[in-house]
Amino acid sequence: MKNINHKPIIGLEIHVELNTKTKMFCRCPAKYFGEEPNTYTCPVCLGLPGALPYPNKTANEYCVMIALALQCKITDFSYFERKNYFYPDLPKGYQISQYINPFGIDGYLNIKSSAQDSKRIRIRRVHMEEDTAKLIHPSGNQDEHSYIDFNRSGVPLVEIVTEPDIASAEEAKIFLTKLQRIIRYLGVSDADMEKGNMRLEPNISLRELTTENIKLDTEKLPNYKVEVKNINSFRFVEKAINYEIERQMKILEKGEIPVQETRGWDDIKNKTVSQRIKEEAHDYRYFPEPDIPPIKIDKTYVEKIKEKIPELPDEKIQRFAKEYLLSFYDSEILAREKQTADYFEEGVIIGLKESITPKQIANRMINDKTFNPETTLPAQLIEEMLLLKKDILEVITDEDKKKIETVIKENPQAAEAYGNGKMQVIGFLIGAVNKKLQGKKINPQLIKNTLEMLLKK
Amino acid sequence: MNIEELTIEKVLDGYRNKKFSITEIIQVYFERIKKYNPQINSFITLCEEEALQEAKRKDELLKNEGVSLPLFGIPMGLKDLFSTKDIKTTASSEVLEDYTPPYDSTVVQRLKDAGAIILGKLNCDAWAHGSSGENSDFGPTKNPWNKEYVPGGSSSGSAASVAASFVLAATGTDTGGSIRLPASFTNTVGLKPTYGRVSRYGVIAMASSLDSIGHFTKTVRDNALILNITAGNDMFDATTSQNPVPNYLENLNKGIKGLKIGIPKEYTTKEKGMELDVLLTFENAIKKLNKLGAEIIEISLPHTEYSIACYYIIQPSEVSSNLARYDGIRFGNDRSYFGDEAKRRIMLGTYTLSAGYYDAYYKKAMQARTLIKQNFDKVFDASNGVDAIIAPVSPTLPWKLGEKVNDPLKMYLSDVFTVTANLAGIPGLSVPAGFAKELPVGIQILGPHFSEELLFRIGFAFEQETEFYKSNPKL
Repeated sequence: MKNINHKPIIGLEIHVELNTKTKMFCRCPAKYFGEEPNTYTCPVCLGLPGALPYPNKTANEYCVMIALALQCKITDFSYFERKNYFYPDLPKGYQISQYINPFGIDGYLNIKSSAQDSKRIRIRRVHMEEDTAKLIHPSGNQDEHSYIDFNRSGVPLVEIVTEPDIASAEEAKIFLTKLQRIIRYLGVSDADMEKGNMRLEPNISLRELTTENIKLDTEKLPNYKVEVKNINSFRFVEKAINYEIERQMKILEKGEIPVQETRGWDDIKNKTVSQRIKEEAHDYRYFPEPDIPPIKIDKTYVEKIKEKIPELPDEKIQRFAKEYLLSFYDSEILAREKQTADYFEEGVIIGLKESITPKQIANRMINDKTFNPETTLPAQLIEEMLLLKKDILEVITDEDKKKIETVIKENPQAAEAYGNGKMQVIGFLIGAVNKKLQGKKINPQLIKNTLEMLLKK
Repeated sequence: MNIEELTIEKVLDGYRNKKFSITEIIQVYFERIKKYNPQINSFITLCEEEALQEAKRKDELLKNEGVSLPLFGIPMGLKDLFSTKDIKTTASSEVLEDYTPPYDSTVVQRLKDAGAIILGKLNCDAWAHGSSGENSDFGPTKNPWNKEYVPGGSSSGSAASVAASFVLAATGTDTGGSIRLPASFTNTVGLKPTYGRVSRYGVIAMASSLDSIGHFTKTVRDNALILNITAGNDMFDATTSQNPVPNYLENLNKGIKGLKIGIPKEYTTKEKGMELDVLLTFENAIKKLNKLGAEIIEISLPHTEYSIACYYIIQPSEVSSNLARYDGIRFGNDRSYFGDEAKRRIMLGTYTLSAGYYDAYYKKAMQARTLIKQNFDKVFDASNGVDAIIAPVSPTLPWKLGEKVNDPLKMYLSDVFTVTANLAGIPGLSVPAGFAKELPVGIQILGPHFSEELLFRIGFAFEQETEFYKSNPKL
């Protein structure tokens, strides 16, 4: 047997549903998840005779925003095209998409993996299109029909395509996690995999590396490609990629070439299964969509969108580390979600006056298992931390208990809200109790427990 | 009351002066339709009950408020390409023989809002594919002037209905001449507006970048009145213009003294199947316009010769994509119900858009289209160009039913003088210019984008001078 090494060549195609109010080309609501099938429809998204698309400007803006966040060049002239193919989930017989002139091209996203401190994954294109309807195939033998739910038809969809720069399942997962964070930071999509807001299609092939061609590393791509569909979590992406690497390796080791095909991930059997063999490229007969005028994108438009882009995770992590003297590790955890990062910074401002350091706040947020940003406002967090710094009593006297009861009586609305499941009001009540205690410091956890006990009566 | 002499203006006056009620008018029209439509076959769906109910309701309004809307109680017909809520809309194809839309097209909505009463849906070539009306799956429409002849297409039923005095006005669509040609063949006035002037929303698409939504009337004045209602930006058609809509009636009788009118030499050549009768009528029209004070200038549109080739690539390409939705899954019959002409265009268009052929056909045709457009821009140049162009509509007189049905190429060539306006997106108005061999002949007036007001002005002057609108066919 020859001594052959195999290097995985992985590219990703990611579809992101935008969270605009209305669909891409009509005024139907775009947030269809969990709604009664076929209730968010109109002549346009049903593809009825005579209906015409009317583009959603906000969606175009969001797409350009994603492209900018991924360092893409923004085209100054773009237009929609028709991608013609027949499928029951495509009511017009074509999908309105972008082909020749996508909004964004030639971008990148840097990632950090266990193998490499910084690796650049190039972005080939970011373009705007519309989602298809959803096909429903009931399982079991009673119902022989398939159903179509058009609520999803025409929901704005951004397609992001990477260059085949990804070399492992781990890198793919890191890339996707980072991409998801960016999209959530931008606020343009919920990017929820389970709801189908974010859908992934890795394409995987293996390049044989012999000592002769090891230097040709990035030049020639393998002469086949396997695309995997139906993946609805990052964990399954990892599994599917690893499964494919192993499967393809075995074929290559036998001296054969894996078949160019589309495979699906079966999360019960934990393997990929062949779906469709692609003998040659599909002819989609693209041509410019005559129903939508071309789009000119000038510099002021791009600048305006740039201004709307918030500080993204990478910059935030850098700044947290530098400005607040946090470790990279802490900064990264705090910056995972924009809400957490904002909470932290609010706390920092309040803490400053009370000489509580950012590091202390970060520690408390990261390490304290009882910490819950949903029920504690940043100011309350600081207050709690202050109390901890001073002498804190670990007992509640009968007198204290009476004061707590008075607070509940004085705040019937808050008490009622708590009864109705609004747990957040507890923070407000703790604050009121502390006021009533007039400087007496009692462990807030103790106050909380007492309050809860009394409220539940 | 002689129904043949009625115009929108006269009917509105009659309502105002209580000469007749709306119900009476609607009844008279239905009587006429029921008597003669079996010979003409221009109506394929009648909405008698709904129309009479509407008339009754409007008569009440008339008593209280008078004529309160610009098309109050005006009987109209709609080409069966216009979606009408709760009224069957077939595109004259068996694919849609049982399809009833849940919505009104924008134009229909606007006409109804302006007070028009819809008498029914009008025959046409299936999917608007054709120049004679013979491609309808529901039988050909006959020319009211001679029932052995075609009325022109594809808006065959619309032209024939106005000519036969079944309605006062009818909507049509013009993708390569489908309004102007039948107007010319039936002694009616037909307008193809500027692309983007009138909303296409709800009108079954033929070729989206060429489709223009217009209408037929007996007189130029009535025609301008309808455009006042239908023109304007629509939030459901992204290709409609934001340009303000003028009152098209305002400058109608300003005359044409001093206007520069171009005659393209490529449209008046005695070669290429141009019939002598057509040419003579056209020359007479030039003389009339000259007499009215217009300056006649010979011009050249050198890329005209590529127009048919260019049109028959772009149009089927778009057709092949636009007809993809008729898969029989959600509505209508399946694809086996498509007729030969639709299938021919689907195949042609699928081929010209295919990978490897796209550059040679579609892309090339789009480049030629730009040149054709530039020809017009140059001719209409504001500093030294002409104000408008006049040209024959068709190289031939109306032909006999069946004469060209087996020769699609010959049929396609009847569009040779009309497709250029669609490729360039400019407006064209076809007005009656006389008769030859007892068959009507029209001329078309073309102008720069959004020059409909000027076209009406020229058409009105010509019409006042010639009065061909006063002639009516004997049914």
